Amino acid sequence: MSTRFKINGKAVDVKAEPDTPLLWVIRDEIGLTGTKYGCGMALCGACTVHLDGQPVRSCQTPVSAVSGKSVATVESLSRNNTHPLQVAWIKHDVPQCGYCQSGQLMSAAALLKENKNPSDAEIDAAMSGNICRCGTYPRIRAAIKSAAADMQHHKA
Amino acid sequence: MTQPTDLTRRGFLQSSALTGGGLMLGIALPGAVSDANAAGMLYTPNAWVHIADDNTITLLSARSEMGQGVYTSMPMLIAEELDVDIRAIKVSIAPPNQKLYGNALLGGPQLTGGSSSVRDGWEKLRIAGAQVRMMLISAAAQKWNIPESQLRAEKGRIVGPKGRKATYGQLAAAASKLPVPDKVVLKDPKDFKIVGKPTRRLDTPAKVNGTAEFGIDVKLPGMVYASLEQCPVIGGTVKSFDAGKAKAMPGVIDVVQIPDGVAIVADTWWHARKAREGLTVVWDEGPGAALTHTAMTEGTRAALKTGKVLPLKAVGDADAEIAKAEKASGKVIRAEYTMPLLSHSPLEPMNFTAHVHDNRVELIGPTQWQDAAAATVAKVVGVPPENVSLRTTFLGGGFGRRIDIDFIIQAAQISKAVNKPVKLLWTREDDMTHDFYRPQSVHQLAAAIGPDGKPTAMTFRMSSQSVTGRVFGLPADVQDPLMTEAAVAGYAVPASRHDIVKHDAGLRVGYWRSVSHALNAFANETFIDELAVAAGQDPLAYRMSLLAGQPRFANVLKIATDRAGWGSAAPAGRFRGIALMEGYDTYMAQVAEISVANGEVQVHKVTVAADLGRMVNPDTVEAQIQSSIVFGLTAALFGEITLEKGRVQQTNFHQYRLLRLNESPAIDITLVPSTEKPGGIGEPATALIGPAVGNALFAATGKRLRKMPFTPENIQSA
Repeated sequence: MSTRFKINGKAVDVKAEPDTPLLWVIRDEIGLTGTKYGCGMALCGACTVHLDGQPVRSCQTPVSAVSGKSVATVESLSRNNTHPLQVAWIKHDVPQCGYCQSGQLMSAAALLKENKNPSDAEIDAAMSGNICRCGTYPRIRAAIKSAAADMQHHKA
Repeated sequence: MTQPTDLTRRGFLQSSALTGGGLMLGIALPGAVSDANAAGMLYTPNAWVHIADDNTITLLSARSEMGQGVYTSMPMLIAEELDVDIRAIKVSIAPPNQKLYGNALLGGPQLTGGSSSVRDGWEKLRIAGAQVRMMLISAAAQKWNIPESQLRAEKGRIVGPKGRKATYGQLAAAASKLPVPDKVVLKDPKDFKIVGKPTRRLDTPAKVNGTAEFGIDVKLPGMVYASLEQCPVIGGTVKSFDAGKAKAMPGVIDVVQIPDGVAIVADTWWHARKAREGLTVVWDEGPGAALTHTAMTEGTRAALKTGKVLPLKAVGDADAEIAKAEKASGKVIRAEYTMPLLSHSPLEPMNFTAHVHDNRVELIGPTQWQDAAAATVAKVVGVPPENVSLRTTFLGGGFGRRIDIDFIIQAAQISKAVNKPVKLLWTREDDMTHDFYRPQSVHQLAAAIGPDGKPTAMTFRMSSQSVTGRVFGLPADVQDPLMTEAAVAGYAVPASRHDIVKHDAGLRVGYWRSVSHALNAFANETFIDELAVAAGQDPLAYRMSLLAGQPRFANVLKIATDRAGWGSAAPAGRFRGIALMEGYDTYMAQVAEISVANGEVQVHKVTVAADLGRMVNPDTVEAQIQSSIVFGLTAALFGEITLEKGRVQQTNFHQYRLLRLNESPAIDITLVPSTEKPGGIGEPATALIGPAVGNALFAATGKRLRKMPFTPENIQSA
């Protein structure tokens, strides 16, 4: 038995049982370890990936649910840190321990895809599902605004 | 990285054979020797510079990177004197070697904690850089036959007259054969080019594209995965187990018993985790089986009366003064403060990778205490200590939890049992229910108020559990210095008595960010606010009136309150509270601005002023203050671990709430320029935010919060 789907644009065929959480398929079978395990209950957001463009918690998504769909992980932003969010994260030196940041970045990427100029309240709403135990929240806020401005600027 | 073989010689160690060419130098610490000896500490060289022939320069951090920024700040100190571009170097976390990498400030262990990395490394890492620079200059002088005085180091090159230049890599082999200079002249701090300048972190690029390696990401050839079932009552042991069902589950390779429980070993972690559902274990729950958090608090409170009192400080006869005042004026204030158990809950659950083979052990993962991990595993597994290697990954948070090494021992035991490389990963539930918890505390304070409102006498007695007693072993009658932090505040009180009672409440406890500062500052800073109220005075003016001769305290208090607009009206519905503390040689004041709606506290803004002496990376300093405030606010508003029948009741983040972005306050930080010696900054702000919010809550509601957390229920019942 296998499940076919796309990850970061590439077709994959994985052999994990259908009820295996996508997180562990991504990490241990496909070998992309940027996506992290934090709680296993969709409470912390460390495992956030995009499923057909929407942010989902991969720890609570069985691999069967992504059959035929497109999954994107933090590795899809860019390998060389050129995505506007990566640029902003570096500019504001957001990460501390860094463990939650893949999930933070994927939630922020989903937000900016839908909303080019999010307000403070919209940032709060979009990012409240991602816990950062190091408390990088002030810098996450600043970096999202900075990335949004940067993206607008490039478009103009 | 290969380790040098001759580690017995004190002072500068030199071994050019280590890496097949190039210069690898340990450092001597002329400046720190006398200090270390005076403090009864072991003098230990503790950093390395590696210059390869290809001019790759690697600076070692002897401290673990757990978010606090040492991966950048430790190399900055070396690079300042070595004169290399901080962006052109590589960083490596040092292997276990207490002699080389021990933390003198903590008494010798190779341990990351106690906000000590910069304070411990401030001088010795600059000396390390300077010595290597001098040797490179000597090598160039000999090669070119030019006096050393005409040569200088400049961004990774030695530069001489008439445009002569050589890279450090070109000089490394010759330099490694030279004697090590005994004396070095360090730069005047006014000439610093790197230290003290806001510097982008060297670990950020890898942390925004998924390539940073945490313990959970480690992979070895042929590696298998383990999930460990431990007794729900900490300290309990396996009576018997039935692994029949588990063994039949997909991917399961073996089921093995180790002292802490029963491990499922499988081809993937999910298979191992899933197979725990097919495992039945009968436990001997041990002496903790009936423990409750309420009984623990009662025991801790009772110990204030019945336990052995360890005097900390006494000035005058405070008891007599208070008794006298009680009879005369009745102006005596008494208050009791209680603090709950807390979990560390770093976002990366405990894990380690171990491979026991051929009388050797390889360990890879996140730890705050390298030498203890390696030495203990050697003993437990039964291999010579020199046969244990340990590579430290990035830590997905530490906060003190990764000072303990239980999970490292477990990984090694499981690897030994199955004879394969094993990655042991705990679930969140394992992590929350098998922590080494921040101990509870009960404080009783009393003060007599004079006619001018100032305290004429005060007594302070706190009871809590000694973490140091468990971790390092301390006789019952010896004070635990990590229980007494910030117990004596900066305020002038003519007569005072401070006592500590060590009480074992029955659950294992650990160092939690800011350790006893959080306990003692809550009691002291709430109590001083209560005294101000009793004296009918403004909390700021009252504190200031007691800070004569304490310029660093008074200065940060003035800056923070000025910036917060203390004395002017707060925005409608908002209230302010102050806290002030010295910890880790850092002086700090915070003003919290809050509102209360439907019984819930919302913290809108925190204004901070900090004087921590000289800084290495001011941007990291700001980040650590922001971080500590969020960490401390989580504890103040939500944090409480409870126990029933010996079992921790909270298993995941729905029951142990962590502050989220939408709940996170604006934070305004002022760093005071200072030439004082460096203070620590990874922790102190954690301890102030609780009392600052509690004091603001009093301003808002007239209710005095003497117990954390400040939940709607606790506010209601205050």
